[in-house]
Amino acid sequence: MSPLFRAKRRAPRGRHHLDPNRFAEARPTGLRAHPVLSGVLIGVLCLALGVALVTQARRTRAGDTLAEQRPQDLVVLLDGLQQREAALRKEIADSEETLSRLRATGDRAAAAREEAQRRAAALGVLSGTVPAAGPGVRIGLTDPAGKISPEVLLDALQELRAAGAEAVQVGEVRVGVDSAFTGAAGDVRLDGVPLRAPYSLLAIGDPPTLAAALNIPGGVVDTVERSGGRVELRQADRVEISALRPVRTHKYARPTG
Amino acid sequence: MRTPLLGPVIGLLALVVGVGLGLWLDPTVPPWVQPYLPIAVVAALDAVFGGVHAMLDGRFDAKVFVVSFVSNVLVAALIVLLGDALGVGAQLSTAVVVVLGIRIFSNAAAIRRHLFKA
Repeated sequence: MSPLFRAKRRAPRGRHHLDPNRFAEARPTGLRAHPVLSGVLIGVLCLALGVALVTQARRTRAGDTLAEQRPQDLVVLLDGLQQREAALRKEIADSEETLSRLRATGDRAAAAREEAQRRAAALGVLSGTVPAAGPGVRIGLTDPAGKISPEVLLDALQELRAAGAEAVQVGEVRVGVDSAFTGAAGDVRLDGVPLRAPYSLLAIGDPPTLAAALNIPGGVVDTVERSGGRVELRQADRVEISALRPVRTHKYARPTG
Repeated sequence: MRTPLLGPVIGLLALVVGVGLGLWLDPTVPPWVQPYLPIAVVAALDAVFGGVHAMLDGRFDAKVFVVSFVSNVLVAALIVLLGDALGVGAQLSTAVVVVLGIRIFSNAAAIRRHLFKA
């Protein structure tokens, strides 16, 4: 600090006072001659200040200062509020639209997934890629003479299919849309897998209908018995077909439409 | 040296009593006073801080205090009135509050130096 500044600073003592020197010469006139009057005045003023201070603080906290604001300020305030309201309303509308869109999408997606699952299950049973269970028949064909030819087993399968069998298993082989009996009597193969007598067939469908289809005169039962074998036919409330076929991937065919 | 001490003590006591009265009575402010009250309160506070400072300097003067108090309040009200009339009320009020705030701060700093010697 420079000496000049320090000197300046010292000279007027109490520079924070409002008018320290102006009234110094007036002593002792006016209020200085009346300590009681001055005390009363000071007391009244300070009392008023205390009341005003608290009152104003209360009013500010209560928030009713809007009433005394200038119209221009109020207009600006109102404008801001309206803009904010419009923005918020738009946000609400957008959000609601998004919500309904997502809801609709979710509903559609869920329905589509359900339908797809139903279809996959049906196709899986049909193509033999999933295990199946249900009412049906268990059939055992004994062939002591080794005379049952692939045609007989094919007949049996055709009869079962015609009678509405939904899933069929012969031996350990699940019958699919491209199954084929090959070989000769005594050495029958299904899809290349050798079958051993007694041949067992499991079929899911309406048990009485399936049984009747095999028992028709000149049908499978007759044929087998004429070859010296015997047919054991049991209707069951629950037949489990657990053999699976591998999933075929199509090399050329592609779904259209 | 009786008067210089008597005045401030009365003033501070009255201030406390006034705060208590305001809390107790919870008076309503007349509408025509409402725009002037905040600025007037700040102006009066400036005078009070100046008075306390003067008291600590040992040169409190009742007349100076009363005159500065009243004139501060009147000038503050006048400025608000003028500002509203000229359409610059908000800016002028801000200016007044800034100036008074600076004065209050410097007075408070002087008071602090007196009380804490720091």
